[in-house]
Amino acid sequence: MKADVLRVKDLVVHYHTSLGAVKAADNISFSLKADERLGFAGESGSGKSTMALAILRMIKPPGRIEAGEVWLEGINVMTVSEEEMRQVRLARIAMIPQGSMNSLNPVMRVKEQIADALRDHGVQLSRHQLQERVRDLLTSVGLRPEVADMFPHELSGGMKQRACIAIAISLRPKVIIADEPTSALDVVVQKQVMQTLARVQKDLEASVILVGHDMGLVAQFVDRLGVMYAGKLVEVSPVRDIFTKPLHPYTQMLIASLPSLEQKGTFRGIPGLPPLLRDLPPGCAFHPRCPHASDRCRTEEPLSREVRPNSWAACHLLP
Amino acid sequence: MTTLLEARRVTKVFGGGLFDRNTTVALEDFSLAIDSERPSITAVVGESGSGKTTLARLLLGLVSPSRGQVLYQGRDLQAMRSAEMRTFRRDVQVIFQDPYEVYNPFYRVDHVLTTPVSKFKLASTKAEARAVIEGALEAVGLRPEETLGRFPHQLSGGQRQRVMVARALLLKPRVILADEPVSMVDASLRATILASLRTMTVERGISIIYITHDLATAYQISDNIVVLYRGSVAEAGDVERVVKAPHHPYTRLLISSIPVASAERNWVTESAPPAVGSFAGGAAGCKFVDRCPEAMPMCCQARPPLFRVDRYRAVSCYLYQAAPTLSPEEMVKAFIQPPAVPRVGASGGC
Repeated sequence: MKADVLRVKDLVVHYHTSLGAVKAADNISFSLKADERLGFAGESGSGKSTMALAILRMIKPPGRIEAGEVWLEGINVMTVSEEEMRQVRLARIAMIPQGSMNSLNPVMRVKEQIADALRDHGVQLSRHQLQERVRDLLTSVGLRPEVADMFPHELSGGMKQRACIAIAISLRPKVIIADEPTSALDVVVQKQVMQTLARVQKDLEASVILVGHDMGLVAQFVDRLGVMYAGKLVEVSPVRDIFTKPLHPYTQMLIASLPSLEQKGTFRGIPGLPPLLRDLPPGCAFHPRCPHASDRCRTEEPLSREVRPNSWAACHLLP
Repeated sequence: MTTLLEARRVTKVFGGGLFDRNTTVALEDFSLAIDSERPSITAVVGESGSGKTTLARLLLGLVSPSRGQVLYQGRDLQAMRSAEMRTFRRDVQVIFQDPYEVYNPFYRVDHVLTTPVSKFKLASTKAEARAVIEGALEAVGLRPEETLGRFPHQLSGGQRQRVMVARALLLKPRVILADEPVSMVDASLRATILASLRTMTVERGISIIYITHDLATAYQISDNIVVLYRGSVAEAGDVERVVKAPHHPYTRLLISSIPVASAERNWVTESAPPAVGSFAGGAAGCKFVDRCPEAMPMCCQARPPLFRVDRYRAVSCYLYQAAPTLSPEEMVKAFIQPPAVPRVGASGGC
């Protein structure tokens, strides 16, 4: 059994608006093992990005982390100072952002952006060493060394995303969080970027958290998959089990709503709409759309429990 | 076969003004015809930059072709008189990608529904107008009492997109052009919207041109598919054949790149990603030559024509040069023809 590199316990994030608190992440708990790839899938507004940002303590007002612990290699990152946290980010836990086009500085060359990150984390290198480091990083993500001297606008979408991966791995972090890293890319390029991510993860022996709305993409990449609904983690199971024997009714219906390339006419939508996060229904948040909902589901909130070995789900209906 | 909407050897070039040497050929020598008696769903699939949206704008008459013609009931859109244009604007409806930007946030959603009713005089009394609108909303699975009177921000993306489908339905169109209608809608709602598009074709006899980058949804709802690559057709024909057994190397690459949501996992292999642009394809040759694993010297010399590889498939690739060729206009001959459907609720002239 491998050790946990990251353990999230009862994480709660609220966004405070004039209409009341929006419960974007509610009591999220999970752990991530060394070398493991864990995915989080869910529809828009299910809290997956909020959770990813909260782990890095990057929630901005009006959002606030209300409660919870995030243990990263033995330290609770919720308790360290802001300056210490800044050093933890990138060096131990790095993020590959959603829109790479917006996260690179448009007026800095790629090599300067990589150097900036290194320097900020106290890495002292001569000009020559720096050049070499940048070249190695770019090669490891499948970019030509000449990219170092280019500006972001000279790169294609896939190249920009790879440059972001190069920055994210520049300090060899143990955990990489990728939030929809390929949502703006075409499928062919998407596959190339994900292959790059898979390769660097292996090289670094790092763990990856992949957040995405595309169940297919997440499922193909990760070992275990978490499904989020209305700010809650409703199920976490190994990928193989989740597609063959999904536990939570939402997971079952979400999988049934995916269009297949094998069989025609097999996908069905989920009736109803996701609830408003500032006005959640009592009991299980999914009960208004759940075909199996009972009275208990309408009043009592189900807690997440281990339903079968390695599979956790929050549903009253499960044995 | 009588043709309703047709693109005839259309080319659209952007740029290239007096001092501008950079021209972009967004769509090249493209033909497509929609039959008026046999309603069908035709998917046009391609990556970004393949010319999908340019095609949509050309078919709607929003931009004029650089070469070739777009015809509605045999009349060139560019030469139409205003009365003809009015019929065209009514008969050919569009659903755009972004269900957020098509609404004016200051108006209630009713506005997008009442405007066409009054412009096209679909109802003579207020009560009648209300009935027409409610009927259209119900047809797409929305409850009128929960939808009307609301502002766009009070509806979800999926609801807003369904209001757009309802708006298109109001006018009893003959063709609906749907440009990425579900790419901004969540998975659980996507299926419902696509099912309502399919119902329109089957029950109301409306032909749909479904423009998308998503092959899986295209496969699910369409009869025929056209795969575009950099403005040219790579492969076209029966969706079942094209998706299940792709012939063009580009279609094969595209289909193998789709991450499938299943327990079987073979998508990410940790091999080095394939390099792009090793083969210098000339402007004259096949557009896919620089990425093609099967490129031959002849691929650099001339654009491959469409080869009719089997009854219901045309492929623009020299690997199939033994097959008979089709001219661009003849591409639709390789389409499957759904059964003829009498039109329900056809608007009696006007």
